[in-house]
Amino acid sequence: MATQNTRKLARAMLTPSVVILFVWMIVPLVLTLWYSFQSYNLLNPVNNGWAGFSNYYYFLTDPSFTEAFVNTLVLTISVLAITVIGGIFLALLLDQHIVGQGIVRILVISPFFIMPTVAALVWKNMLMDPNYGIFAWLATRLGFAPIAWLQDYPLFSIILIVAWQWLPFATLIIFTALQSLDEERKEAASMDGAGAINLFFYIVLPHLARAITVVILIETIFLLGVFAEILVTTGGGPGFASTNIAYLVYHQALLDYDVGGASAGGVVAVILANIVAFFLVRIVGKNLDA
Amino acid sequence: MGKIVLEGVEKTFGAIKVIQNVNLTVDDGSFVVFVGPSGCGKSTLLRLIAGLEDVTAGKILIDGVDVVNTPPAKRGLSMVFQSYALYPHMSVRSNIGFGLKMAGRPKAEIDRKVEAAAATLNLTPYLDRRPRALSGGQRQRVAIGRAIVREPKAFLFDEPLSNLDAALRVQMRIEIARLQDTLGTTAIYVTHDQVEAMTMADKIVVLSAGRIEQVGSPLELYNKPDNLFVAGFIGSPKMNFIPGAAAGDPGAATIGIRPEHIAASRDSGTWSGTVTVAEHVGSDTFLYINAGPLGDLTVRSVGEMGVKPGDRIFMTPEPGRIHRFDPAGHAIVAAH
Amino acid sequence: MARAVSPRRKWSFTVLAWIVALLLFFPILWTILTSFKTEGDAILFPPAFLPPHWTLENFVEVQDRSNYFKHFFNSVVISIGSTLLGLVITVPAAWSMAFSPTKRTKDILMWMLSTKMMPAVGVLVPIYLIFKSLNLLDSLFGLTIILMLINLPIMVWMLYTYFREIPVDILEASRMDGAVLWKEIVYVLLPMAIPGIASTMLLNIILAWNEAFWTLNLTAANAAPLTAFIASYSSPEGLFWAKLSAASTLAIAPILVIGWFSQKQLVRGMTFGAVK
Repeated sequence: MATQNTRKLARAMLTPSVVILFVWMIVPLVLTLWYSFQSYNLLNPVNNGWAGFSNYYYFLTDPSFTEAFVNTLVLTISVLAITVIGGIFLALLLDQHIVGQGIVRILVISPFFIMPTVAALVWKNMLMDPNYGIFAWLATRLGFAPIAWLQDYPLFSIILIVAWQWLPFATLIIFTALQSLDEERKEAASMDGAGAINLFFYIVLPHLARAITVVILIETIFLLGVFAEILVTTGGGPGFASTNIAYLVYHQALLDYDVGGASAGGVVAVILANIVAFFLVRIVGKNLDA
Repeated sequence: MGKIVLEGVEKTFGAIKVIQNVNLTVDDGSFVVFVGPSGCGKSTLLRLIAGLEDVTAGKILIDGVDVVNTPPAKRGLSMVFQSYALYPHMSVRSNIGFGLKMAGRPKAEIDRKVEAAAATLNLTPYLDRRPRALSGGQRQRVAIGRAIVREPKAFLFDEPLSNLDAALRVQMRIEIARLQDTLGTTAIYVTHDQVEAMTMADKIVVLSAGRIEQVGSPLELYNKPDNLFVAGFIGSPKMNFIPGAAAGDPGAATIGIRPEHIAASRDSGTWSGTVTVAEHVGSDTFLYINAGPLGDLTVRSVGEMGVKPGDRIFMTPEPGRIHRFDPAGHAIVAAH
Repeated sequence: MARAVSPRRKWSFTVLAWIVALLLFFPILWTILTSFKTEGDAILFPPAFLPPHWTLENFVEVQDRSNYFKHFFNSVVISIGSTLLGLVITVPAAWSMAFSPTKRTKDILMWMLSTKMMPAVGVLVPIYLIFKSLNLLDSLFGLTIILMLINLPIMVWMLYTYFREIPVDILEASRMDGAVLWKEIVYVLLPMAIPGIASTMLLNIILAWNEAFWTLNLTAANAAPLTAFIASYSSPEGLFWAKLSAASTLAIAPILVIGWFSQKQLVRGMTFGAVK
């Protein structure tokens, strides 16, 4: 509801963002599509030309793809589960009357501000190192043999690191939502005879639904593209045990110099992400009144 | 210096016609009130005049110039919003002076005019406060100050009193009317409250479903409503409507009689019925009566009347105060 | 806060909360403590909690070895640059969607967000090749543009959320007061939206500061920001934990401090209006 004049202006002011984003999305995508049908290896500049679907064929039939695909799913879903469930518990805890709540909040949110490369290096070395790391020390104190985390449980280790980075985000968003739940509704439910468990499932959890949706949306965006944590810790290995799709494509492009194959991988990644985005945006669209 | 003429003004939102062919003349210096139930299009009409919405068709002439394509900033009107819409980050002084600043007036002139307006509105002690530090009534005054300081061709008021409590509303009503009278500036005032309309207006425009039902002075509307809608909307309590046949007037589909124009008696009268509810408010007594074939009637009688529910009561309509309507709802004008 | 809380309940939750908080914070605390240790003390086993011999030498060496300040400067330039550039483009867009919404506004917002889902690897190859041919590889300018682009959708969303809390009446009042569009934005909208704009800027600075895909893949010695500077410590010739910690502490400290001071506003903005 406004005048045509304002509407025209509004459209003019929206256009730059839309055009820039559109170009940013479409130009590289079209190029990626083009390269994905080419034989194009930076190490072998002679053998260029139309490759048909062979890049896709090699990418999709390579066992490393299946492994990376499964790893991507496991990584994303595990971190989502840990951070959402952990976030709910932490938020409930923060919502109690605790002494020094301000400082506790600052401590809890801190990991969110740590750059991925630092987080990964600190965990890799000072925590998970099998000889001198804190975890090794803890294990020996408890009478176990130290675990070589990154060699023996590479994916799990990366899940731990990433979950540590995202748990604060989930906690604080859910905590903010929790604080907007009015005391009276809880009291009314208590008057109706709801115990703590019922109170949580029938009053608190539904109230948190929107916040949890936001957490899942934002985290998924970032989790599908986890990269630096893998690069500086395991380098995707051993083998492809901790390679996700993002890292696999990077590996093909910048380590194997196979532009065609990497592009095919990129297209596959885009398609997979779009499938996820399609469902996610639908769910979130319903939950956020834009 | 502020005559506003609407010619065939129409407005549609999507497929919905919210304003249909409105023709209206607002004379310079007059106080015109748009009144109607919510959703009748009165606020939209005001926003069309302000330029905050585009007309779909028709002309809006301000002092003879068609302003349909002029942005609101250039129409020379000022508006008081229902929410006051004060700038929360500015002091009262800056709020009132904002329009002058936008017009690029020199600072000395702005200061002088703002202080004059503040003095008129008893806002001088509050000039350096922020809006959130003011009471509702004071915020209202700041909004009015912002409107008058620009010396506009006309004031537009969009339900300005609906956020105030009842006592303050009466007081501000009087102040606005007095201020407009002193300044002599044209004013268009939107309200859903027919008491505000009756007390403030030189001319009332009754709107319903995007159409003008009737235009006239408060008493014209009260005494000679053009149709059933206006008859029912103006006046409180509402006019009684009785099927013509039941009332012994087969020439009219409906007859209307206001509660204050029926004399109630315990002994005798033209009509009779049973009291269902009696409201005693001291100065008046309102009786709600089941009158059989005539339907439910409301009667207002002056002073105290000791009746209670279940009592039998007689009623006599005041001759000459009976309104007659045809089947389409239009008033049947007596042949002279 | 009507309910009375028993002291016992209060203290047991307090202790629990502090334990959890300290556990989460421990890796950071440990990094900071280690940065003040000598290399020998850093790999003591069992570990020494507090540095047995406090030293600042690691910081000096980090600066000498890999020129911390240069990378710090790069990080500042790209994160602030991309944020300011982004604001210029997104403030008008958010204004438009918040105050002049159409039937398609919601779709456009969702589309913008879905572009964020597009995996960076999907477009890595062409961007790399385009940057190569434009001579933008390892340049601050190229990186600033990329970071602006990847954070654009989140910026629009956050600003949109904040702008929607501003009553449109007030903007209309300014129009009636004779303000043309740019005056309406400069004198009325922006001052009222300052808290929202500030937290949008902060979040973008943080995201850009910590971005570790494009910064690692598109830079070399010249334009490398702190993310890449730290990554160079990933294959050290031997164990240099004290120096690694010193470098890490230097890399995270600025953003950690900013984050601490602004966490309340940040979190509110990141809920995208889904949580009041």
